[in-house]
This record gives sequence, structure tokens and C-alpha cells, in this order.
Amino acid sequence: MEISTRNLEFKYHVNTPFERLALYDINVTIPPNSYTAIIGHTGSGKSTLLQHLNGLLQPTVGEVHIGDVTIKAGIKEKNLRPVRKKVGIVFQFPEHQLFEETVEKDICFGPLNFGTPLEKARKKAKKAAQQVGLSEDLMDKSPFELSGGQMRRVAIAGVLAMEPEVLVLDEPTAGLDPRGRMEIMEMFANLQREQKISVVLVTHSMEDASKYADHIIVMHKGTVYKKGTPKDIFSSPKELIELGLDVPESIRFQLKLEEKLQQSIGKVTLSIDELARQISVYLKRGSTSQ
Amino acid sequence: MMEKMIFGRYIPVNSLLHKLDPRSKLCAILIFIFIIFIANNAITYGILAIFTFLALYSSNIPIKFLFNGLKFIFYLIVFTFLLHILFTREGDVLVDFGWLKIYERGLTQGIFISLRFLFLILITSLLTLTTTPIEITDGMESLMKPLRKIHFPVHELALMMSIALRFIPTLMDETDKIMKAQMARGVDFSHGSLKRRAQAIVPLLIPLFISSFKRAEELAVAMEARGYRGGEGRTKYRQLNWRTMDTIVILIVLSLGGILFIFRT
Repeated sequence: MEISTRNLEFKYHVNTPFERLALYDINVTIPPNSYTAIIGHTGSGKSTLLQHLNGLLQPTVGEVHIGDVTIKAGIKEKNLRPVRKKVGIVFQFPEHQLFEETVEKDICFGPLNFGTPLEKARKKAKKAAQQVGLSEDLMDKSPFELSGGQMRRVAIAGVLAMEPEVLVLDEPTAGLDPRGRMEIMEMFANLQREQKISVVLVTHSMEDASKYADHIIVMHKGTVYKKGTPKDIFSSPKELIELGLDVPESIRFQLKLEEKLQQSIGKVTLSIDELARQISVYLKRGSTSQ
Repeated sequence: MMEKMIFGRYIPVNSLLHKLDPRSKLCAILIFIFIIFIANNAITYGILAIFTFLALYSSNIPIKFLFNGLKFIFYLIVFTFLLHILFTREGDVLVDFGWLKIYERGLTQGIFISLRFLFLILITSLLTLTTTPIEITDGMESLMKPLRKIHFPVHELALMMSIALRFIPTLMDETDKIMKAQMARGVDFSHGSLKRRAQAIVPLLIPLFISSFKRAEELAVAMEARGYRGGEGRTKYRQLNWRTMDTIVILIVLSLGGILFIFRT
């Protein structure tokens, strides 16, 4: 399923003294079975944009196409349930949304809301719990007895169990330990490849953006500053740094190295391995030219 | 959903009323609440109307925004008006539909009571619109100081109030976030039967309660860690200062009472 926006603009608190333009001139497309990362400084409008992807917010100007549903500015769309089933959002700190007595019930909550019969919902819950790496004996526990990391996994499983076609993630690993981060990010990447779904990831981690995404959208002050493949985006690292954004570690290292050497060692690299190869090529070339 | 609510909301613009000491505003409103009952005829209500309008004007709050936010209250006012018209049976009959008789006293009473209601609400909302919650509690604490003589916990009460007020916006944000998260999981808060909607509240309230308790505990720990130990000997960062303008405002409200007294019948 494809999601696209046309001239999307969004204002908070329209017609009050608190009116604030949060997004403008947004034209983005999220193709089927893609992995898109949205990066940008705090307050650049990333989270606001996310909420348009399943109709939680409606644009004040322009339109959003979600599959074959169109959400237009000014026209109140009544039945958004089918859209919300297809586009699952994992919000920041999703563990704050847990409320059921047991982990299993909480994971089943989404599927049941979308009309899945109980038996089937429980099967889906079991599968989702496995995907996020929750052991089976936790299923009958209260979610509030779990550790923060486990609660996060329960909340993510709650969205996965809805089996969305597009999975929207708002900093899903913020506050997790490094191993948990890796596991969860790998799980999303596998899911995207194997189940042919799309993933939209909002992140502050440039490593994650460059490693997993095939498109990157850079947001700045409420609009799209740049979009393209990770190679395109990170090929001008200085621009990103000027926007107050970080760049992947490999690029940071490369920039420092080039500054020391006073010359370029070639194209930007997106991973440490790639960088190591490039440096070795550079060193060999350097030694032959001497 | 909640963005149109203006009850208890502070609007940060610059105006004469914003600059006043919260104590003078609190006193002026208290006096106003009493003197509004002096008015009992067209002239006195007219004077009150002019006063209310001038007060609104000097607050620099966009009138349209104010009225939009008070829409709910207007239904209440219309309701009281209708009650008076329908159930007062005094004076001459003005209109007679057979099944419905409107009496002269009913009409005047209805108009006067609704106006009184309207003025009260407008003037009291001006307090919260032009004064930050912190200022209001500081002002109250300062005004209630004499009560400490009879061991009334003035400081604790003020602290409780300021914490409650401080967390209203936080709680609203949190409600909004959890609502959205549950909506993304298929909860529909605005459609369906009353029973369904009542059920939809559960996944909203439970997380909200849990986070409130957590936050309360964290706040208590943070306060202790920073050496909080009650109001004894505690100094204030924000000093209240009473200026000539504050005295003038009190005098204006008092003289309004005097004028109303002269013109009442």
C-alpha cells in the first residue's frame, strides 16, 4: 500500500491565539514495501507528519492518500477504521498505552477492536509476542509487573498483532539498552523484508537511518528539506551538520580524517566496514603514488 | 478537542490587566461578586455592562476567541433565561398563546439574571485569562496569610493548588497522546452507542491514572532531593508588588458599587 501527501499543511489550534504552523508544503510518497526514515531536529514536525499517515490528524490544507482512501483538508472523514487497521503506529514510549490485566489481553486489544475473533486474536498475539522476543510465560502476567524494556516490547507487539501493511515507528528504541535496540531494529527490518510491509521510522539515530532505510526524508522547520537515498542524503554531510543534525559515525570519522589529511579519501561511506575498505584502498593508492 | 477550552487558561498577551498584582485582581473580583447583586434595574445593569466591556477591552484578549471558548456557558445562560420565562408568574401577561403565558416579571427577571450570570462569568474568566496559575496561587497564599494564626495550612494549600494547576496542561497533553495511541489501535471515542463510548474510556483512564501516580511519586522524590521541607522560612523568587494602579483598580470597583447603590431602585 502506498501513502502520499499533496501540499499538506497543518496548523495547530486554528483560530485561537495559540495558532501555530506545524507543517507546510509536504509532498512525500511512501511506496509499498519500502523502508523510509524521517530525520530532523526536535520540533521539525516529524511526529506531526506521522499522525497524518493514519488520519489521526487531518491536514488544514492539501490531501493525504492512504491506499485508496483520500483525506482532504476541510472534509471530515467519518470511517477511518480501515485506514487505522492498515497503518499501525508505534508512538514514542508506547509502554504508556498499556492498560489490560494481562500481557496477552493487551496485545489482543488492537486485533479485537478491528473485529478479529478472540481465538484468532490470541494466535496473532502469540505470534507477535514471539516476534518481539517475549517469552511465553509472560503472557499471563500483568504488563505493569514487567521491566521497562519488556513493557516496550508488549506495546510494540500490540501494534504488530494488528498485522498492518504499513508500520509507522516513532523512535521505537528510545531509552532501551543497546542490545534491546539492536534486536528490535533487526526485527523491524526482517519484518519489512519478509512480510512485504512498509516501515516508516522516525529516528534521531543516523546509524539506524543509514543502515536500514532505503529512503530518507529530512525535515526542517515544518517542511521537507531534502529527500533521497541514504547515499544522496549523507553525501553532503556538512549541510546536515549545519541543520543541527548528526551524521553516521563512519562519516564523522571520515570528515575528521580528511581534515587531518587535508584531502579527500573518496565518496562518503555509510558503514564502518565500507569505510575501512575505502581507507585501505586510499592507503594503497597513496603508497603507489609515492 | 480540548483546544477550544478556555476555562482556566492563561493567554500571554500584554495588557493593563496582565500587569496588575494578582492580589488586587482577586480582591476586585471578590468585591465584584458581591456588588453585582446590588443591580436591580435597567440603569444599574447598563452600568455593569459598560464596566464589563471596559474590563474586557483593557485585557487585550481577542473578544471572538473569548466568546468561542464560552459557547458552552451560553447554553446554560439561555437555559436559565427560559426557566425564568416559563415559570415566573408575576406582573402583567405580555404574550398569551393559551398554553404558554409570558409574564412581564418573568421576562425582566430572565434578562437580569442571565445578564448577571454572563457578567460574572466574563469577569471571573478574565482572572485566569490574564493571570498565570502561579501568580494566582502566590496571590492567594499572600491574601490568606492571616489564617496562619489559627493554624490553617496556607502554604500547603497553595502548594497543592499550584501543583494541581501546573499539571493540568501536562495531563491534557498526556490524555491527547494516549487517546491517539488507542485510536491507532482501533478505539473509537466519538462514535457508537453510549455504552461503547463508556467502554472506550477505560483504555484511556487506566494509563492516565498510572502515569499520574508515577509522576506524583517522582515529583515528591525530586522535591525532597532538592531539600523541600514545607513553607517555614521559605523565600520567594517571584515577589508580588502592589502598585498605585492596583489601589486604583480596587477604588474603581468600590466606586462602581457606590454608583450602583445610588441608581438602584
